[in-house]
Amino acid sequence: MTYISFLSDYGGRFVDGMLVTALQFLCSLALATVLALVFGLMLLSSNAAVKGAAVVYVEFFRGTSLLVQLFWLFFVLPLFGITLEPFFTGFLAVGLNIGAYGAQLVQGAIKSVPRGQWEAAYALSMSPAKRMRRIIIPQALVIMLPAWGNLVIELLKSTALVALIAVPDLMFEAKQLNSSTYLSTWTFGTALVIYYIFARFLVTPTMRSLEHVMARRMGRS
Amino acid sequence: MHWDWQFTAEILPRLLWATLNTLMAAGLGYAIAAVLGLVFAIAQRTPFRPLTVTVRELVEFLRSTPLVLQIFFVYYVGPEYGVSLSPWVAGMIAIGLHYAAYLSEVYRGGIESVPKGQWEACTAINLTTAQTYRRIILPQALPLSVAGMGNYLISIFKDTPMLSVIGVAELMQAATAIGGQNYRYLEPYTIVGVVFLVISLFSAASIRGFEAWIRRKLGMY
Amino acid sequence: MEALSSFPLELTGPEVPMVRFMNVRKTYGDFVVLDNLNLDIAPGEMVTVIGPSGSGKTTVLRMLMTLETINGGVIYVDGKPLTHMPKNGVLVPADAKYLRKARSSIGMCFQHFNLFPHMTALENCMEGPVQVLGLSRREAKERAEELLSMVGMIEKKDQHPARLSGGQQQRVAIARALAMRPKVMLFDEVTSALDPEVIGEVTNVIQDLVTKHNLTMLMVTHQMGFARDISDRICFFYGGKIEEQDTPEELFANPKSKRTQQFLSAVKAAD
Ligand SMILES: Nc1ncnc2c1ncn2[C@@H]1O[C@H](COP(=O)(O)OP(=O)(O)OP(=O)(O)O)[C@@H](O)[C@H]1O
Ligand SMILES: [Mg+2]
Repeated sequence: MTYISFLSDYGGRFVDGMLVTALQFLCSLALATVLALVFGLMLLSSNAAVKGAAVVYVEFFRGTSLLVQLFWLFFVLPLFGITLEPFFTGFLAVGLNIGAYGAQLVQGAIKSVPRGQWEAAYALSMSPAKRMRRIIIPQALVIMLPAWGNLVIELLKSTALVALIAVPDLMFEAKQLNSSTYLSTWTFGTALVIYYIFARFLVTPTMRSLEHVMARRMGRS
Repeated sequence: MHWDWQFTAEILPRLLWATLNTLMAAGLGYAIAAVLGLVFAIAQRTPFRPLTVTVRELVEFLRSTPLVLQIFFVYYVGPEYGVSLSPWVAGMIAIGLHYAAYLSEVYRGGIESVPKGQWEACTAINLTTAQTYRRIILPQALPLSVAGMGNYLISIFKDTPMLSVIGVAELMQAATAIGGQNYRYLEPYTIVGVVFLVISLFSAASIRGFEAWIRRKLGMY
Repeated sequence: MEALSSFPLELTGPEVPMVRFMNVRKTYGDFVVLDNLNLDIAPGEMVTVIGPSGSGKTTVLRMLMTLETINGGVIYVDGKPLTHMPKNGVLVPADAKYLRKARSSIGMCFQHFNLFPHMTALENCMEGPVQVLGLSRREAKERAEELLSMVGMIEKKDQHPARLSGGQQQRVAIARALAMRPKVMLFDEVTSALDPEVIGEVTNVIQDLVTKHNLTMLMVTHQMGFARDISDRICFFYGGKIEEQDTPEELFANPKSKRTQQFLSAVKAAD
């Protein structure tokens, strides 16, 4: 069997898996982004209860391993009568986990916006919400984008774990094909290359151009 | 569903025992990554273009594809070429390679932050390249790097559950086995979560302390 | 550019210079830093290079230390080619191994000292002799201590560079270079990073070297008084060329070139 005929026989499976991985990626990215923003702002709150809740969230999801979180959601929640679709459980776990890392990035970026900017906005008597939205967050975004790009790659890699709860993503298809064909180099190798192309030629360039656009908006380039 | 304390007491020793395996896997993986990462970092600085480009691309590849898939790849591909790796060996190779890619970036940062004048002074007293690295550059670069390496130890620790996919008898695998035998997942998975949380929080604190100490020491220079 | 075959494999004759730049050219991309530089330095001679910023003074020293590759011409040291090596009867660009051997007769001190921060003054001076020359630690220590005494730094021999003042660091750097027993010493603005009150301690050391030792030296400095006192010859660089060279007495008293006159009067006005 040649690699070409392997691909023509099983290429469809890889494509199916890819689509599921892409969906998992987008769903968990959306969830992680929202969580990062919300909890990142909460981390900055002066209200001890609000801040405490955010700290617990961040420390909990950073401190326990993603795979543990995934299995817990998948195997333990049903025991309490909550049964979630594997697909849903998958991006929920990934989103919750990466969101915790993202929250710290948001917090750090907002904190590193120079003090003068806060004071200038204050001097214009902007409301706190407006100040945050119009002045601080746009600048924080530029600061955090490079680190955020790395986190997005981590997120993409993390989605591979959902295969372990039987979400039929790229990783899952590769595993299945491996156990039916025993062509390990080709199955796992192909999947690795697809992930690599996804990360290197889709995600990274997108993040780069986003950085570029943001930098231009800030008047630097 | 309720928490069964008696069951907890029964399974706890076995899980704690497996925790030792988890810690050992993290330590071994880290040691391999620390050495290999240095090799990757220095290889990228040789004047031999094909080598630097290849290693650069390899590092990118390792960093942007899922570890769990790499673990499968290393474990299953060996036998196709007549080399059977035990789960432990395959797992350590995969984790070591994956994190070597990350650590090589940390080393690279450390090496690049040694001033150019140090290299020139080495040329002026005619040290060989190997002597320059060993005697002058690395003694300055490594302490700088160490201050950024601690987090990866915790990351490796949190990634060890992935080794369970090829049957390494670490904590996650033990919990899954217990869960399967007793049809109870609540206690084993929750205990795993708690163990991870406790160890990560504790080691994060000690690493922060250690790094602060290193930085203070470096401040003397 | 002329072919390499027109350059001699070796310099012979009654008066072989210690250093010879022969039609040397240096460019960065399209930018020509030095064009067709010819300069001989006799054994034991002290030559000082002066000139405006960007005129290529540092580049001359760095080429001689083999920190920069050259784009044309050949540099000879002690009669042998430095930047090139003989192969089948012609010169070809030197490989790393040849360069390493060839540059062993050259030592250099830098504007920013570049001492090794993780080693004491003594260890800095022992590093080369032990690692490169293969001296025993005892011999290297003796040599290092002797040189540290010479530069007046023996009491501070166990200090790390961070604990030393700029002037002290530069004196250790001079000792470190001398410990390799070079035939040619290069000094690139060794006093420029120093506070005015400690410049003297470094210039005194160099003055000492000139009077007591038979080293060949090439120095870049902005201190005209010092250059006049100790040099056998001064080269005024302008735009990557030697605009004028002469004994210090002659060059400072009646400079021939208009640019030299302008430069010297500008420097005088600044003092
Ligand atoms: N790495 C480099 N890349 C490009 N141009 C360079 C580089 N190094 C030096 N140059 C250029 O070469 C010219 C000569 O530089 P050089 O450092 O020799 O000047 P200099 O006479 O020592 O000046 P200064 O008195 O400021 O030290 C300058 O125009 C400089 O900009
Ligand atoms: Mg200069």
